[in-house]
Amino acid sequence: MSLLLNLLSGLMLVSGAILVVISGVGLLRFPDFYSRIQAAGMTDTLCMILILGGLMLRTDSLEVGAKLLFTLVFLFFTAPAASHALTKAARQCKLSPWRSDKEDESSQP
Amino acid sequence: MLKYAVSLTVILAVIWLLFSGNWTHPILVPLGAVSVALTVYLAYRMRVLDREGHPVHLLVPVIKYLPWLFKEVVKANLVVASHIIRGRKSLSPRLCRLDATQKTDLGRVFLANSITLTPGTVTVYVREQEVWFYALTEELEQGVLSGEMDRRVTRLEGES
Repeated sequence: MSLLLNLLSGLMLVSGAILVVISGVGLLRFPDFYSRIQAAGMTDTLCMILILGGLMLRTDSLEVGAKLLFTLVFLFFTAPAASHALTKAARQCKLSPWRSDKEDESSQP
Repeated sequence: MLKYAVSLTVILAVIWLLFSGNWTHPILVPLGAVSVALTVYLAYRMRVLDREGHPVHLLVPVIKYLPWLFKEVVKANLVVASHIIRGRKSLSPRLCRLDATQKTDLGRVFLANSITLTPGTVTVYVREQEVWFYALTEELEQGVLSGEMDRRVTRLEGES
């Protein structure tokens, strides 16, 4: 049973770490501010769930598990607020989204 | 009002006990009880102990809604990851508008938060009856515009 839990939590931690790396690559590869927020949003959701869930399976005390669960819940409610605030601020400053047909003009910062 | 005060007290007490780990300490536990009472009193003074400030009636509908949202989050994550690997040529960003059918502000906040939580779409504006959001590709846009999320949030709001 504990072997199974260890395997499961290891699998979750590794896949979470791989997704963090992919989203970091996306942060550099995506063309403009709005799409980069989407790449960063991956770390806020699935990566965070996988890594915290994997750690939760490894805890042996109720308190540590509860703290991890609360971290997950708080991040689940605050991360969208941060992305929304960033996007809205960019929109208020009249930053227009990147378009694939106008790459030459708008892709340079 | 009393209902919300009691539920807030219970929730805060449970959180305090879980976070501190002290269940029997002779000084810390009474101090925790005092801090819980002070927090509830301050919430009462700030007039946030109401249906909107402490939406405890949404607890069961939200728990029923979360598995579906989780499934959508996983799907959207995989889509965004595949776009990262395929590069910028596969993107077609757009801003689009969704008619929101929720009646309360809280329901619209739930909808906007759900849209932002699924990677690939971010809410930009929330107005009375509409939500503007940014989507990375047409596929992700259609996922929100199909209205399933809107329907589910409206149902969640109505169940309370």
